[in-house]
Amino acid sequence: MSDTGYAKLIKDGLWSNNQALVALLGLCPLLAVTNTAINGLGLGIATTAVLVMSNATVSLIRNLVRPEVRLPVFVIVIASFVTAVELSMNAWFFDLYKVLGIFIPLIVTNCAIIGRAEAFASKNHLVPAVVDGLAMGLGFTCALFALGSLRELIGLGTLFAQADLMFGPIASDWAISLGSDFRGMLIAILPPGAFLGLGLMIALKNIIDSRLPKKKPAPISSSNEEMETNTA
Amino acid sequence: MQFTTITSPHSDRPNSVSRTMLLVILALVPGAIAMTWYFGWGILINMLLASVTAVICEALAMRLRKRPIIPVVGDFSAVLTALLFAVAVPPLLPWWLTVIGIAFAILLVKQIYGGLGYNPFNPAMAAYVLLLVSYPVQMTSWLPPEMLNEHPLTFLQTATVIFTGALPGGLTWDALTMATPLDSMFTQLDQSKMVSEILMSPLWGDFGGRGWEWVGNWYLLGGLFLIYKRIISWHIPVSMLASLLVIAMLFHFLDQEAYPFGMFHVFTGGTILGAFFIATDPVSACTTKKGQLVYGACIGLMVFVIRTWGGYPDAIAFAVLLLNMAAPTIDYYTQPRAFGHQGARRD
Repeated sequence: MSDTGYAKLIKDGLWSNNQALVALLGLCPLLAVTNTAINGLGLGIATTAVLVMSNATVSLIRNLVRPEVRLPVFVIVIASFVTAVELSMNAWFFDLYKVLGIFIPLIVTNCAIIGRAEAFASKNHLVPAVVDGLAMGLGFTCALFALGSLRELIGLGTLFAQADLMFGPIASDWAISLGSDFRGMLIAILPPGAFLGLGLMIALKNIIDSRLPKKKPAPISSSNEEMETNTA
Repeated sequence: MQFTTITSPHSDRPNSVSRTMLLVILALVPGAIAMTWYFGWGILINMLLASVTAVICEALAMRLRKRPIIPVVGDFSAVLTALLFAVAVPPLLPWWLTVIGIAFAILLVKQIYGGLGYNPFNPAMAAYVLLLVSYPVQMTSWLPPEMLNEHPLTFLQTATVIFTGALPGGLTWDALTMATPLDSMFTQLDQSKMVSEILMSPLWGDFGGRGWEWVGNWYLLGGLFLIYKRIISWHIPVSMLASLLVIAMLFHFLDQEAYPFGMFHVFTGGTILGAFFIATDPVSACTTKKGQLVYGACIGLMVFVIRTWGGYPDAIAFAVLLLNMAAPTIDYYTQPRAFGHQGARRD
Protein backbone atom coordinates (compact mmCIF):
# COMPACT_ATOMS: atom_id res chain seq x y z
CA MET A 1 0.00 0.00 0.00
CA SER A 2 1.36 3.39 -0.99
CA ASP A 3 1.90 6.42 1.23
CA THR A 4 -1.25 8.11 0.02
CA GLY A 5 -3.04 4.98 1.18
CA TYR A 6 -1.82 5.56 4.71
CA ALA A 7 -2.72 9.24 4.51
CA LYS A 8 -6.20 8.25 3.49
CA LEU A 9 -6.44 5.77 6.35
CA ILE A 10 -5.47 8.47 8.83
CA LYS A 11 -7.81 11.03 7.32
CA ASP A 12 -10.67 8.53 7.38
CA GLY A 13 -10.05 7.64 10.99
CA LEU A 14 -9.67 11.16 12.25
CA TRP A 15 -12.28 12.91 10.18
CA SER A 16 -14.18 11.57 7.19
CA ASN A 17 -15.11 8.19 8.69
CA ASN A 18 -14.81 9.18 12.35
CA GLN A 19 -16.29 6.30 14.32
CA ALA A 20 -18.11 8.59 16.73
CA LEU A 21 -19.27 11.43 14.49
CA VAL A 22 -19.88 9.70 11.16
CA ALA A 23 -20.29 5.96 11.78
CA LEU A 24 -22.02 6.67 15.12
CA LEU A 25 -20.53 3.52 16.61
CA GLY A 26 -19.66 3.07 20.25
CA LEU A 27 -22.36 5.44 21.41
CA CYS A 28 -22.80 3.73 24.77
CA PRO A 29 -19.42 4.76 26.21
CA LEU A 30 -19.46 7.94 24.14
CA LEU A 31 -22.64 9.17 25.76
CA ALA A 32 -22.15 7.70 29.20
CA VAL A 33 -18.66 8.69 30.30
CA THR A 34 -18.08 12.01 28.60
CA ASN A 35 -19.24 14.11 31.51
CA THR A 36 -15.72 15.43 32.01
CA ALA A 37 -12.80 15.94 29.65
CA ILE A 38 -10.53 13.60 31.61
CA ASN A 39 -13.07 10.77 31.69
CA GLY A 40 -13.53 11.08 27.94
CA LEU A 41 -9.78 11.12 27.34
CA GLY A 42 -9.20 8.13 29.63
CA LEU A 43 -11.80 5.96 27.99
CA GLY A 44 -10.70 7.12 24.54
CA ILE A 45 -7.12 6.04 25.16
CA ALA A 46 -8.22 2.69 26.58
CA THR A 47 -10.40 2.13 23.50
CA THR A 48 -7.54 3.11 21.19
CA ALA A 49 -5.20 0.63 22.89
CA VAL A 50 -7.72 -2.17 22.49
CA LEU A 51 -8.44 -1.18 18.91
CA VAL A 52 -4.79 -1.20 17.86
CA MET A 53 -4.08 -4.55 19.50
CA SER A 54 -7.24 -6.24 18.26
CA ASN A 55 -6.72 -4.93 14.72
CA ALA A 56 -3.16 -6.27 14.74
CA THR A 57 -4.19 -9.69 16.03
CA VAL A 58 -7.17 -10.04 13.74
CA SER A 59 -4.99 -9.10 10.78
CA LEU A 60 -2.40 -11.73 11.74
CA ILE A 61 -4.90 -14.53 12.14
CA ARG A 62 -7.10 -13.54 9.21
CA ASN A 63 -6.02 -16.49 7.09
CA LEU A 64 -6.44 -19.01 9.89
CA VAL A 65 -10.01 -18.21 10.86
CA ARG A 66 -12.84 -19.70 8.83
CA PRO A 67 -15.46 -17.12 7.82
CA GLU A 68 -18.23 -19.05 9.60
CA VAL A 69 -16.71 -18.53 13.04
CA ARG A 70 -14.98 -15.20 12.52
CA LEU A 71 -17.26 -13.08 14.70
CA PRO A 72 -16.94 -15.21 17.87
CA VAL A 73 -13.19 -15.33 17.32
CA PHE A 74 -13.02 -11.54 16.94
CA VAL A 75 -15.06 -11.09 20.11
CA ILE A 76 -12.76 -13.39 22.06
CA VAL A 77 -9.70 -11.52 20.79
CA ILE A 78 -11.23 -8.18 21.71
CA ALA A 79 -12.40 -9.43 25.11
CA SER A 80 -8.89 -10.65 25.93
CA PHE A 81 -7.38 -7.27 25.17
CA VAL A 82 -10.10 -5.47 27.09
CA THR A 83 -9.37 -7.64 30.10
CA ALA A 84 -5.67 -6.84 29.76
CA VAL A 85 -6.38 -3.11 29.53
CA GLU A 86 -8.77 -3.30 32.46
CA LEU A 87 -6.20 -5.05 34.65
CA SER A 88 -3.51 -2.56 33.63
CA MET A 89 -5.71 0.38 34.51
CA ASN A 90 -6.58 -1.29 37.78
CA ALA A 91 -2.84 -1.53 38.49
CA TRP A 92 -1.58 1.86 37.32
CA PHE A 93 -4.54 4.23 37.07
CA PHE A 94 -6.64 3.01 39.94
CA ASP A 95 -8.53 6.27 40.53
CA LEU A 96 -9.44 6.64 36.89
CA TYR A 97 -10.40 2.95 36.90
CA LYS A 98 -12.80 3.61 39.74
CA VAL A 99 -14.37 6.60 37.96
CA LEU A 100 -14.85 4.82 34.63
CA GLY A 101 -16.10 1.68 36.36
CA ILE A 102 -18.27 -0.61 34.26
CA PHE A 103 -17.46 1.25 31.04
CA ILE A 104 -14.00 -0.26 30.76
CA PRO A 105 -15.24 -3.88 30.49
CA LEU A 106 -17.99 -2.56 28.23
CA ILE A 107 -15.35 -1.63 25.64
CA VAL A 108 -15.90 -5.24 24.49
CA THR A 109 -19.31 -4.29 23.19
CA ASN A 110 -18.06 -1.17 21.43
CA CYS A 111 -19.17 -1.63 17.82
CA ALA A 112 -16.34 0.54 16.57
CA ILE A 113 -13.82 -2.14 17.52
CA ILE A 114 -15.53 -5.18 16.05
CA GLY A 115 -16.54 -2.99 13.13
CA ARG A 116 -12.93 -2.24 12.27
CA ALA A 117 -11.93 -5.86 12.85
CA GLU A 118 -14.56 -7.08 10.42
CA ALA A 119 -14.43 -4.30 7.85
CA PHE A 120 -10.73 -3.64 7.71
CA ALA A 121 -8.33 -5.75 9.75
CA SER A 122 -9.65 -9.11 8.55
CA LYS A 123 -8.94 -8.09 4.93
CA ASN A 124 -5.59 -6.28 5.23
CA HIS A 125 -1.99 -6.77 6.18
CA LEU A 126 -0.59 -6.07 9.62
CA VAL A 127 0.79 -2.55 9.12
CA PRO A 128 -2.27 -1.01 7.47
CA ALA A 129 -4.43 -2.68 10.12
CA VAL A 130 -2.41 -1.14 12.94
CA VAL A 131 -2.44 2.28 11.27
CA ASP A 132 -6.17 2.00 10.77
CA GLY A 133 -6.70 1.01 14.40
CA LEU A 134 -4.58 3.89 15.61
CA ALA A 135 -6.29 6.44 13.37
CA MET A 136 -9.79 5.23 14.20
CA GLY A 137 -8.94 5.11 17.89
CA LEU A 138 -7.49 8.61 17.86
CA GLY A 139 -10.53 9.92 16.00
CA PHE A 140 -12.78 8.31 18.59
CA THR A 141 -10.64 9.71 21.41
CA CYS A 142 -10.78 13.22 19.92
CA ALA A 143 -14.56 13.03 19.74
CA LEU A 144 -14.80 11.75 23.33
CA PHE A 145 -12.42 14.42 24.54
CA ALA A 146 -14.19 17.24 22.69
CA LEU A 147 -17.59 16.14 23.92
CA GLY A 148 -16.25 15.69 27.44
CA SER A 149 -14.68 19.15 27.45
CA LEU A 150 -17.83 20.73 26.09
CA ARG A 151 -20.05 19.09 28.69
CA GLU A 152 -17.67 19.78 31.55
CA LEU A 153 -17.31 23.42 30.53
CA ILE A 154 -21.04 24.04 30.26
CA GLY A 155 -22.17 21.76 33.04
CA LEU A 156 -19.59 22.45 35.73
CA GLY A 157 -17.74 25.52 34.50
CA THR A 158 -14.37 23.76 34.71
CA LEU A 159 -11.96 22.06 32.36
CA PHE A 160 -9.46 19.28 33.16
CA ALA A 161 -10.78 18.91 36.68
CA GLN A 162 -9.30 15.81 38.33
CA ALA A 163 -6.55 15.62 35.72
CA ASP A 164 -4.41 14.04 38.43
CA LEU A 165 -6.47 10.85 38.01
CA MET A 166 -4.66 10.37 34.77
CA PHE A 167 -1.44 12.33 34.79
CA GLY A 168 -0.51 11.90 38.44
CA PRO A 169 -0.03 14.53 41.16
CA ILE A 170 1.78 16.82 38.69
CA ALA A 171 -1.57 17.61 37.09
CA SER A 172 -3.50 18.40 40.24
CA ASP A 173 -3.56 22.13 39.45
CA TRP A 174 -4.35 21.84 35.76
CA ALA A 175 -8.01 22.52 36.34
CA ILE A 176 -9.28 25.66 34.63
CA SER A 177 -12.33 27.24 36.16
CA LEU A 178 -14.67 29.78 34.64
CA GLY A 179 -14.94 31.40 38.03
CA SER A 180 -17.13 30.75 41.02
CA ASP A 181 -19.87 33.03 39.66
CA PHE A 182 -20.57 30.63 36.85
CA ARG A 183 -23.37 28.32 37.84
CA GLY A 184 -23.09 25.32 35.58
CA MET A 185 -25.95 24.25 33.43
CA LEU A 186 -26.66 20.93 35.07
CA ILE A 187 -28.33 19.37 32.04
CA ALA A 188 -25.02 19.30 30.16
CA ILE A 189 -23.54 16.66 32.47
CA LEU A 190 -26.77 14.67 32.65
CA PRO A 191 -27.59 12.12 29.91
CA PRO A 192 -29.70 14.51 27.77
CA GLY A 193 -26.68 16.80 27.58
CA ALA A 194 -24.69 13.99 25.96
CA PHE A 195 -27.25 13.56 23.20
CA LEU A 196 -27.58 17.31 22.64
CA GLY A 197 -23.80 17.76 22.66
CA LEU A 198 -23.19 14.90 20.23
CA GLY A 199 -25.92 16.20 17.92
CA LEU A 200 -24.37 19.66 17.91
CA MET A 201 -20.91 18.24 17.25
CA ILE A 202 -22.19 16.23 14.27
CA ALA A 203 -23.95 19.33 13.00
CA LEU A 204 -20.73 21.32 13.32
CA LYS A 205 -18.80 18.64 11.43
CA ASN A 206 -21.38 18.64 8.64
CA ILE A 207 -21.22 22.43 8.42
CA ILE A 208 -17.43 22.32 8.15
CA ASP A 209 -17.65 19.59 5.50
CA SER A 210 -20.16 21.54 3.45
CA ARG A 211 -18.04 24.69 3.58
CA LEU A 212 -14.88 22.91 2.44
CA PRO A 213 -14.24 23.11 -1.29
CA LYS A 214 -15.73 20.12 -3.07
CA LYS A 215 -13.21 17.63 -4.43
CA LYS A 216 -13.97 15.15 -7.12
CA PRO A 217 -15.10 11.87 -5.59
CA ALA A 218 -12.28 9.44 -4.93
CA PRO A 219 -12.57 5.91 -6.30
CA ILE A 220 -14.19 3.62 -3.77
CA SER A 221 -11.63 1.44 -2.07
CA SER A 222 -12.23 -1.58 0.09
CA SER A 223 -11.01 0.28 3.15
CA ASN A 224 -13.92 2.66 2.95
CA GLU A 225 -16.47 -0.09 2.95
CA GLU A 226 -18.76 0.27 5.91
CA MET A 227 -20.29 -2.70 7.61
CA GLU A 228 -23.38 -3.17 9.67
CA THR A 229 -22.92 -4.93 12.95
CA ASN A 230 -25.82 -5.95 15.08
CA THR A 231 -23.88 -5.99 18.30
CA ALA A 232 -25.04 -3.27 20.62
CA MET B 1 -63.63 38.90 -17.32
CA GLN B 2 -62.82 37.39 -14.01
CA PHE B 3 -64.93 34.85 -12.18
CA THR B 4 -64.49 34.82 -8.47
CA THR B 5 -64.24 31.34 -7.09
CA ILE B 6 -67.03 30.95 -4.62
CA THR B 7 -66.42 28.49 -1.87
CA SER B 8 -69.13 26.53 -0.14
CA PRO B 9 -71.53 28.81 1.69
CA HIS B 10 -70.89 27.16 5.04
CA SER B 11 -67.21 27.92 5.00
CA ASP B 12 -65.99 30.71 7.25
CA ARG B 13 -63.39 33.18 6.13
CA PRO B 14 -60.10 31.50 5.25
CA ASN B 15 -58.07 30.35 8.18
CA SER B 16 -54.37 31.00 8.47
CA VAL B 17 -51.55 30.21 10.81
CA SER B 18 -51.27 33.75 12.04
CA ARG B 19 -55.01 34.01 12.70
CA THR B 20 -54.91 30.76 14.69
CA MET B 21 -51.92 31.90 16.68
CA LEU B 22 -53.47 35.29 17.36
CA LEU B 23 -56.67 33.66 18.62
CA VAL B 24 -54.68 31.43 20.97
CA ILE B 25 -52.76 34.47 22.21
CA LEU B 26 -56.08 36.25 22.73
CA ALA B 27 -57.37 33.27 24.71
CA LEU B 28 -54.31 33.46 26.94
CA VAL B 29 -55.10 37.05 27.91
CA PRO B 30 -57.58 36.44 30.79
CA GLY B 31 -55.28 33.90 32.45
CA ALA B 32 -52.25 36.11 31.96
CA ILE B 33 -54.04 39.10 33.48
CA ALA B 34 -55.08 36.95 36.43
CA MET B 35 -51.50 35.77 36.90
CA THR B 36 -50.24 39.34 36.79
CA TRP B 37 -52.87 40.27 39.37
CA TYR B 38 -51.86 37.48 41.74
CA PHE B 39 -48.12 37.25 41.12
CA GLY B 40 -47.07 40.75 40.15
CA TRP B 41 -45.38 42.48 37.26
CA GLY B 42 -42.81 39.76 36.73
CA ILE B 43 -45.24 37.85 34.50
CA LEU B 44 -45.57 40.79 32.10
CA ILE B 45 -41.84 41.49 32.08
CA ASN B 46 -41.12 37.83 31.34
CA MET B 47 -43.70 37.81 28.55
CA LEU B 48 -42.16 40.86 26.92
CA LEU B 49 -38.59 39.63 27.31
CA ALA B 50 -39.46 36.15 26.05
CA SER B 51 -41.36 37.47 23.03
CA VAL B 52 -38.56 39.80 21.98
CA THR B 53 -35.99 37.00 22.36
CA ALA B 54 -38.18 34.59 20.42
CA VAL B 55 -38.63 36.96 17.50
CA ILE B 56 -34.89 37.69 17.38
CA CYS B 57 -34.05 33.96 17.48
CA GLU B 58 -36.60 33.16 14.82
CA ALA B 59 -35.24 35.91 12.57
CA LEU B 60 -31.71 34.67 13.18
CA ALA B 61 -32.65 31.09 12.31
CA MET B 62 -34.39 32.22 9.12
CA ARG B 63 -31.33 34.21 8.17
CA LEU B 64 -29.04 31.24 8.75
CA ARG B 65 -31.36 29.05 6.68
CA LYS B 66 -31.47 31.73 3.97
CA ARG B 67 -35.25 31.94 4.04
CA PRO B 68 -37.45 35.03 4.04
CA ILE B 69 -37.77 36.41 7.55
CA ILE B 70 -40.99 38.40 7.56
CA PRO B 71 -43.60 35.69 6.76
CA VAL B 72 -42.22 33.32 9.38
CA VAL B 73 -41.83 35.85 12.14
CA GLY B 74 -45.22 37.26 11.19
CA ASP B 75 -47.06 34.01 11.88
CA PHE B 76 -46.78 34.69 15.64
CA SER B 77 -45.93 31.08 16.44
CA ALA B 78 -42.65 32.10 18.07
CA VAL B 79 -44.46 34.73 20.11
CA LEU B 80 -47.00 32.14 21.26
CA THR B 81 -44.19 29.79 22.32
CA ALA B 82 -42.61 32.66 24.23
CA LEU B 83 -45.87 33.57 25.96
CA LEU B 84 -46.60 29.97 26.99
CA PHE B 85 -43.07 29.72 28.34
CA ALA B 86 -43.42 33.01 30.22
CA VAL B 87 -46.61 32.01 32.02
CA ALA B 88 -45.08 28.66 33.00
CA VAL B 89 -41.90 29.98 34.65
CA PRO B 90 -41.63 31.78 38.01
CA PRO B 91 -42.26 35.54 37.84
CA LEU B 92 -38.84 36.53 39.16
CA LEU B 93 -36.82 34.26 36.87
CA PRO B 94 -33.44 35.91 36.08
CA TRP B 95 -33.45 37.40 32.58
CA TRP B 96 -30.62 35.24 31.25
CA LEU B 97 -32.56 32.07 32.05
CA THR B 98 -35.49 33.32 30.00
CA VAL B 99 -33.12 34.10 27.14
CA ILE B 100 -31.42 30.68 27.32
CA GLY B 101 -34.77 28.92 27.50
CA ILE B 102 -36.30 30.73 24.54
CA ALA B 103 -33.15 30.44 22.44
CA PHE B 104 -33.19 26.67 23.10
CA ALA B 105 -36.90 26.45 22.29
CA ILE B 106 -36.73 28.35 19.01
CA LEU B 107 -33.31 27.36 17.68
CA LEU B 108 -32.86 23.78 18.88
CA VAL B 109 -36.36 22.45 19.46
CA LYS B 110 -38.19 24.18 16.62
CA GLN B 111 -35.96 25.48 13.82
CA ILE B 112 -33.40 22.69 13.77
CA TYR B 113 -36.17 20.25 12.84
CA GLY B 114 -37.37 22.54 10.06
CA GLY B 115 -39.52 25.13 11.80
CA LEU B 116 -43.21 25.32 12.57
CA GLY B 117 -45.01 22.08 11.76
CA TYR B 118 -41.94 19.85 11.90
CA ASN B 119 -40.95 19.98 15.55
CA PRO B 120 -41.68 16.68 17.33
CA PHE B 121 -41.66 18.34 20.75
CA ASN B 122 -43.51 21.28 22.19
CA PRO B 123 -40.85 24.04 22.22
CA ALA B 124 -42.15 25.90 25.28
CA MET B 125 -42.26 22.75 27.39
CA ALA B 126 -38.87 21.51 26.20
CA ALA B 127 -37.38 24.85 27.25
CA TYR B 128 -39.17 24.65 30.59
CA VAL B 129 -37.77 21.17 31.23
CA LEU B 130 -34.27 22.22 30.15
CA LEU B 131 -34.29 25.01 32.71
CA LEU B 132 -36.00 22.98 35.42
CA VAL B 133 -33.39 20.24 35.15
CA SER B 134 -30.49 22.68 34.92
CA TYR B 135 -31.53 25.34 37.44
CA PRO B 136 -33.97 23.73 39.89
CA VAL B 137 -33.61 26.45 42.52
CA GLN B 138 -34.43 29.40 40.29
CA MET B 139 -37.18 27.49 38.52
CA THR B 140 -39.02 26.67 41.74
CA SER B 141 -38.78 30.08 43.44
CA TRP B 142 -42.39 31.11 43.02
CA LEU B 143 -43.91 34.17 44.62
CA PRO B 144 -46.84 33.74 46.99
CA PRO B 145 -50.19 34.86 45.54
CA GLU B 146 -51.18 38.47 46.12
CA MET B 147 -53.38 37.91 49.22
CA LEU B 148 -50.60 36.06 51.04
CA ASN B 149 -47.74 38.24 49.83
CA GLU B 150 -46.28 40.34 52.63
CA HIS B 151 -43.73 42.06 50.42
CA PRO B 152 -45.43 43.08 47.17
CA LEU B 153 -42.85 44.44 44.74
CA THR B 154 -43.37 47.49 42.57
CA PHE B 155 -42.82 47.33 38.82
CA LEU B 156 -39.36 48.88 39.14
CA GLN B 157 -38.33 46.53 41.95
CA THR B 158 -39.49 43.53 39.96
CA ALA B 159 -37.53 44.63 36.92
CA THR B 160 -34.46 45.18 39.11
CA VAL B 161 -34.70 41.68 40.53
CA ILE B 162 -35.12 40.11 37.09
CA PHE B 163 -32.37 42.03 35.34
CA THR B 164 -29.74 42.46 38.06
CA GLY B 165 -30.64 39.83 40.65
CA ALA B 166 -30.46 42.49 43.38
CA LEU B 167 -33.29 42.17 45.89
CA PRO B 168 -34.89 45.29 47.39
CA GLY B 169 -33.26 46.33 50.68
CA GLY B 170 -33.80 44.08 53.66
CA LEU B 171 -35.39 41.21 51.78
CA THR B 172 -34.02 37.73 51.22
CA TRP B 173 -35.12 35.15 48.67
CA ASP B 174 -36.55 33.06 51.48
CA ALA B 175 -38.75 35.90 52.66
CA LEU B 176 -39.86 36.74 49.16
CA THR B 177 -40.61 33.37 47.66
CA MET B 178 -42.89 30.56 48.67
CA ALA B 179 -43.38 26.98 47.55
CA THR B 180 -46.27 26.54 45.14
CA PRO B 181 -49.33 24.80 46.61
CA LEU B 182 -48.57 21.70 44.57
CA ASP B 183 -44.97 21.64 45.72
CA SER B 184 -45.86 22.18 49.36
CA MET B 185 -48.53 19.44 49.24
CA PHE B 186 -46.13 16.79 47.98
CA THR B 187 -43.16 17.92 50.07
CA GLN B 188 -45.28 17.61 53.19
CA LEU B 189 -46.78 14.31 52.09
CA ASP B 190 -43.21 13.06 51.78
CA GLN B 191 -42.71 14.08 55.41
CA SER B 192 -45.63 11.72 56.21
CA LYS B 193 -48.10 14.46 57.03
CA MET B 194 -51.77 13.83 56.39
CA VAL B 195 -53.71 15.60 53.65
CA SER B 196 -56.23 17.10 56.10
CA GLU B 197 -53.37 18.43 58.21
CA ILE B 198 -51.66 20.02 55.21
CA LEU B 199 -54.89 21.63 54.03
CA MET B 200 -55.17 23.68 57.24
CA SER B 201 -52.52 26.08 55.92
CA PRO B 202 -53.77 29.46 54.58
CA LEU B 203 -52.22 28.49 51.25
CA TRP B 204 -55.37 26.66 50.26
CA GLY B 205 -58.55 28.00 48.74
CA ASP B 206 -61.77 26.32 47.72
CA PHE B 207 -60.48 23.73 45.24
CA GLY B 208 -56.73 24.18 44.99
CA GLY B 209 -54.10 26.67 46.01
CA ARG B 210 -55.37 30.17 46.79
CA GLY B 211 -54.87 32.43 43.81
CA TRP B 212 -53.79 29.49 41.67
CA GLU B 213 -57.32 28.10 41.40
CA TRP B 214 -58.55 31.39 39.95
CA VAL B 215 -55.71 31.57 37.48
CA GLY B 216 -56.82 28.10 36.44
CA ASN B 217 -60.40 29.28 36.03
CA TRP B 218 -59.40 32.13 33.74
CA TYR B 219 -57.31 29.80 31.62
CA LEU B 220 -60.34 27.51 31.49
CA LEU B 221 -62.35 30.41 30.10
CA GLY B 222 -59.71 31.00 27.43
CA GLY B 223 -59.66 27.30 26.63
CA LEU B 224 -63.44 27.13 26.21
CA PHE B 225 -63.19 30.13 23.87
CA LEU B 226 -60.67 28.18 21.77
CA ILE B 227 -62.99 25.17 21.60
CA TYR B 228 -65.90 27.47 20.66
CA LYS B 229 -63.79 29.00 17.89
CA ARG B 230 -62.77 25.48 16.78
CA ILE B 231 -59.09 26.27 17.13
CA ILE B 232 -58.73 23.18 19.29
CA SER B 233 -61.05 20.20 19.57
CA TRP B 234 -62.45 19.09 22.91
CA HIS B 235 -60.83 15.64 22.78
CA ILE B 236 -57.44 16.30 24.33
CA PRO B 237 -58.44 18.63 27.18
CA VAL B 238 -61.47 16.57 28.17
CA SER B 239 -59.71 13.22 28.09
CA MET B 240 -56.68 14.61 29.89
CA LEU B 241 -58.67 16.24 32.70
CA ALA B 242 -61.03 13.27 32.97
CA SER B 243 -58.27 10.69 33.23
CA LEU B 244 -56.38 12.80 35.78
CA LEU B 245 -59.56 13.28 37.79
CA VAL B 246 -60.57 9.62 37.66
CA ILE B 247 -57.24 8.20 38.69
CA ALA B 248 -56.74 10.84 41.39
CA MET B 249 -60.24 10.14 42.78
CA LEU B 250 -59.55 6.42 42.76
CA PHE B 251 -56.42 6.82 44.85
CA HIS B 252 -58.13 9.40 47.05
CA PHE B 253 -60.87 6.93 47.94
CA LEU B 254 -58.31 4.23 48.64
CA ASP B 255 -56.52 6.40 51.16
CA GLN B 256 -57.95 9.83 51.81
CA GLU B 257 -55.03 11.01 53.90
CA ALA B 258 -52.23 10.00 51.56
CA TYR B 259 -53.65 11.14 48.22
CA PRO B 260 -55.20 14.59 47.76
CA PHE B 261 -58.71 14.81 46.26
CA GLY B 262 -59.18 14.82 42.50
CA MET B 263 -60.02 18.51 42.03
CA PHE B 264 -56.75 19.36 43.76
CA HIS B 265 -54.85 17.95 40.79
CA VAL B 266 -56.97 19.87 38.32
CA PHE B 267 -56.72 23.23 40.05
CA THR B 268 -53.07 23.30 41.10
CA GLY B 269 -49.94 23.67 39.06
CA GLY B 270 -50.35 24.14 35.36
CA THR B 271 -53.03 21.52 34.73
CA ILE B 272 -55.63 23.76 33.08
CA LEU B 273 -53.06 25.72 31.12
CA GLY B 274 -51.52 22.43 30.05
CA ALA B 275 -54.79 20.80 29.08
CA PHE B 276 -56.08 23.61 26.87
CA PHE B 277 -52.99 25.40 25.61
CA ILE B 278 -50.03 23.04 25.73
CA ALA B 279 -51.23 19.47 25.20
CA THR B 280 -53.35 20.69 22.29
CA ASP B 281 -50.38 22.03 20.32
CA PRO B 282 -51.43 21.05 16.78
CA VAL B 283 -47.88 20.23 15.72
CA SER B 284 -46.69 17.89 18.43
CA ALA B 285 -50.01 16.32 19.51
CA CYS B 286 -51.95 13.47 17.91
CA THR B 287 -54.06 14.32 14.91
CA THR B 288 -56.67 11.57 14.76
CA LYS B 289 -59.69 12.03 17.02
CA LYS B 290 -59.38 8.60 18.63
CA GLY B 291 -55.66 9.15 19.01
CA GLN B 292 -56.30 12.49 20.71
CA LEU B 293 -58.45 10.77 23.32
CA VAL B 294 -55.68 8.24 24.02
CA TYR B 295 -53.06 10.99 23.99
CA GLY B 296 -54.93 13.18 26.46
CA ALA B 297 -55.76 10.27 28.75
CA CYS B 298 -52.12 9.17 28.84
CA ILE B 299 -51.01 12.71 29.67
CA GLY B 300 -53.48 12.80 32.55
CA LEU B 301 -52.22 9.46 33.81
CA MET B 302 -48.56 10.50 33.52
CA VAL B 303 -49.27 13.79 35.31
CA PHE B 304 -50.72 11.89 38.26
CA VAL B 305 -47.88 9.36 38.32
CA ILE B 306 -45.09 11.94 38.07
CA ARG B 307 -46.66 14.28 40.60
CA THR B 308 -47.35 11.54 43.12
CA TRP B 309 -44.20 9.48 42.87
CA GLY B 310 -41.75 11.69 40.96
CA GLY B 311 -39.20 14.12 42.26
CA TYR B 312 -40.06 17.26 40.32
CA PRO B 313 -42.69 19.77 41.43
CA ASP B 314 -44.93 19.81 38.39
CA ALA B 315 -45.47 17.13 35.82
CA ILE B 316 -47.28 18.79 32.92
CA ALA B 317 -44.13 19.51 30.95
CA PHE B 318 -42.67 16.02 31.42
CA ALA B 319 -45.96 14.30 30.65
CA VAL B 320 -46.50 16.36 27.49
CA LEU B 321 -42.96 15.72 26.24
CA LEU B 322 -43.26 11.97 26.89
CA LEU B 323 -46.52 11.80 24.98
CA ASN B 324 -45.12 13.99 22.18
CA MET B 325 -42.70 11.14 21.66
CA ALA B 326 -45.55 8.63 21.54
CA ALA B 327 -47.82 10.73 19.32
CA PRO B 328 -46.69 9.35 15.92
CA THR B 329 -47.19 5.77 17.19
CA ILE B 330 -50.62 6.59 18.59
CA ASP B 331 -51.57 8.21 15.30
CA TYR B 332 -50.37 5.14 13.41
CA TYR B 333 -52.65 2.80 15.35
CA THR B 334 -55.70 5.07 15.32
CA GLN B 335 -55.97 5.91 11.63
CA PRO B 336 -59.65 6.09 10.80
CA ARG B 337 -60.82 3.55 8.24
CA ALA B 338 -61.14 5.10 4.81
CA PHE B 339 -64.70 5.23 3.50
CA GLY B 340 -65.52 2.19 1.38
CA HIS B 341 -62.45 0.33 2.54
CA GLN B 342 -63.26 -3.17 3.72
CA GLY B 343 -60.82 -3.15 6.58
CA ALA B 344 -59.15 -6.05 8.28
CA ARG B 345 -62.21 -7.13 10.25
CA ARG B 346 -63.49 -9.54 7.57
CA ASP B 347 -60.19 -11.26 6.98
